[in-house]
Amino acid sequence: MTALTGTRRLVRLALRRDRVLLPVWIIAISGIAAAVVRAYEATVPTVTDRVTTAMFSAGNPMARVFDGPASGTELGAMAMVEAYQVLAILTALMSAQAVVRHTRQDEETGRAELLGSAVVGRHARLAAALVVTLAANLVLGAALAAVLAAGDLGGRGALAAGMSVAGIGWVFAGIAAVSAQVFSTARAANAAAGAALGGAFLVRAAGDLLGDVASNGVAVISAWPSWLSPIGWGQQVRPFYEDNWWIAGLFVGVMAAGVSAAFVLEAHRDVGPGMVATRPGPARAPRGLRSSVGLAWRLQRTVWLSWLFGATVMGAALASVAESAEKLLAENEQLTEMLTRLSPGAGAVELYFTFLMAFVGIAAAGYTVQALLRMRSEEMTGRLEPVLATAVARRRWLAGHVLIAGVGTTLILASAGLAGGVVHGALSGEWASGIGGLMAAALVQVPATLALGGFVVAVFGLVPRWAGSLAWGALAAALVMGQLGAMLDLPQWVLNISPFTHVPAVPAEAFTATPVLVLLAVAVAGALAGFAAFRRRDLAIGA
Amino acid sequence: MEHAITTRGLTKSFGRTHALTGVDLTVERGEVHGFLGPNGAGKSTTIRILLGLLRKDAGEASVLGADPWRDAVALHRRLAYVPGDVHLWPNLSGGEAIDLLGELRGSLDARRRDELIERFQLDPTKRCSTYSKGNRQKVAIVAGLASDVELLLLDEPTSGLDPLMESVFQDVVRDLTGNGVTVLLSSHILAEAEALCDRVSIIRDGRIVESGTLAELRHLTRTSIHVTTARPLAGLQDVPGVHDVTTADSGRSARFEVAAEHLGGVVEHLGGHGVLTLTSAPPTLEELFMRHYGDELDTLNGVRADGGTEGSR
Repeated sequence: MTALTGTRRLVRLALRRDRVLLPVWIIAISGIAAAVVRAYEATVPTVTDRVTTAMFSAGNPMARVFDGPASGTELGAMAMVEAYQVLAILTALMSAQAVVRHTRQDEETGRAELLGSAVVGRHARLAAALVVTLAANLVLGAALAAVLAAGDLGGRGALAAGMSVAGIGWVFAGIAAVSAQVFSTARAANAAAGAALGGAFLVRAAGDLLGDVASNGVAVISAWPSWLSPIGWGQQVRPFYEDNWWIAGLFVGVMAAGVSAAFVLEAHRDVGPGMVATRPGPARAPRGLRSSVGLAWRLQRTVWLSWLFGATVMGAALASVAESAEKLLAENEQLTEMLTRLSPGAGAVELYFTFLMAFVGIAAAGYTVQALLRMRSEEMTGRLEPVLATAVARRRWLAGHVLIAGVGTTLILASAGLAGGVVHGALSGEWASGIGGLMAAALVQVPATLALGGFVVAVFGLVPRWAGSLAWGALAAALVMGQLGAMLDLPQWVLNISPFTHVPAVPAEAFTATPVLVLLAVAVAGALAGFAAFRRRDLAIGA
Repeated sequence: MEHAITTRGLTKSFGRTHALTGVDLTVERGEVHGFLGPNGAGKSTTIRILLGLLRKDAGEASVLGADPWRDAVALHRRLAYVPGDVHLWPNLSGGEAIDLLGELRGSLDARRRDELIERFQLDPTKRCSTYSKGNRQKVAIVAGLASDVELLLLDEPTSGLDPLMESVFQDVVRDLTGNGVTVLLSSHILAEAEALCDRVSIIRDGRIVESGTLAELRHLTRTSIHVTTARPLAGLQDVPGVHDVTTADSGRSARFEVAAEHLGGVVEHLGGHGVLTLTSAPPTLEELFMRHYGDELDTLNGVRADGGTEGSR
């Protein structure tokens, strides 16, 4: 028996467990790519259109930060620049979650112990998780290449595009393999991978913003920070423009390094606990823990603090480059004119602030969803049962978690806005407009995140079994619509489903109260539906 | 004064699974009532309906004179629940979990909490994630029994406890019932029920099949005996209280069952044959079910398989 004995069987087990989930991810991600290409064809049909658009995105700081480096005027190249960031985020999440699901989550639930007692080698579970995840990324890459090639864009570029997406999946499989060894819960392991993803985004955003426009005027030569980020590498493949195949080596190298590290860590630890040892706790509960809200806070605070930290860093980092964005615009009269037409009366910095906080707003909604789904995991793992067997009313328990998720989201956004404003004020000397503008841009996102939160509470009450899939699916849809909605030329009624569509473009445009009030009403309605349904339904007792 | 618990015709289905098909259960105030049945018979489902965690499909249920679904919160102040499979928050310490659950109920007796922790030899500073199954069970037991309540709903509370701790548990429950607390104790271990219970109800396939005092259900408490002797055993079938004899080795080895009140006579009878080995064991509940209700079930199934006219049970 070797350390890998049993891998083949565990691969079959993992495939059986993921037979719906992974195909859904793969179809959704390649479907988004296909939709973006189709939409791009319609938006910029002539060569003149494409040159104008490419020059615009090469010079435009918003496009550099939130899309990526412009890469020429080929239809495929432009569509991939537009879509890559979203494709990369979704692929990275698919990979990291798959690896964690088949490693750390199995250990947390005790399934791994049962498997480990069978004829299964020490490294078989991790190996099986990686085999399945890496293969899923290859299938995704192939599917993506196929849909792009079907669009008559050129087979070589299509393959390069598939490689650039599968590659980021491979890198995050490696990262998750390590975090699954280090942390003792699936939640923490996934969070670590998510933090790495956020870091990768920020680093490449800075690199692309600080880069230069190439001599042809339709491409960006990224600065060095872009080369420190796996998302940056994927963009530097520049499919349909340069087709930099050698970058596949970077993906494989980092994945291999992560996987080797994970195997080494796994060889030196026990099954069950992570690497971070648990210390003894107090023999008595402190005052603050002795209520259902106190318990909810105790369960939620680590997650909240992590998101608070992440969003604050993101707000500060993205605001710190607002000055460069402004300079970039000042150099380009044509661009300034275009932006003024797009949003009359707004300065470049205001417009940048609006974009920035729209992005942070969707990220913060990730916290809202995660915090509210904690209720579902408490219920499923059977920890809710003893609580509700005491004199705690269901609505009180629910209210505790909803309160923390709502206030937590608001504080996260406020902190991101404040940090951004302070950084911008310190760099530019424009304290009032920096803090005021960014705080307003941040807080105006709150009703939209709460509306999504209301939806999560409603599905938790009404269809608990589907709460997780529906909640994360809704967030992913909001991300896709927010980033690609205008581009995809979706009918307005579809865009209207996403609460973020309705957020006033503060500070680029004036604040309007109506959409904000409607969003708040939606949030309240969803929450009320969830409360009412939860009071009437059976508790799902974990089996 | 009303009963502590009454249910009439309680039914509950989960999709196509009929968990309860008509539970009629009565628990008097101040008694320890055993709730016996094999795995999957509906014990936990019944208790969760009595707690208002699950909603009954039909029938009536009343706990301490209140509706367990509608008045759940008020009722929960007056009762404590110990589940058989406890899930706790991995990063809370055992002591924190006990205090939390006790405070949420609103009646934690701090002195009794410390005394119980001492008696069950529980280390309250360890994180719940590092507890074994038995220690998690102790946390739930201490949290439940340290509360000042009128009714205890115990769902296989000793699963995972070692025998020493089981007897500590029995002592503690006896202390509490001495003060007039009512207990519903679900179990699949007959010996535990014998040690504690005034009356028992037996559930099978979602309905109560027997109910009464242990003396009334004496036929359930036969002892299995396996004996080998120097001289062949003769006339064993005719000894009062002996049932189901099978012999081997020309009568020098025998297995049979004895009703508890006839054990003395049987041992005397065996004494005359030169006993070489003797093992006796109380029958498991599953064995009893096979013996007492298995035939009945087979007959019913048989009737239905034959397409007989007997449509319902």
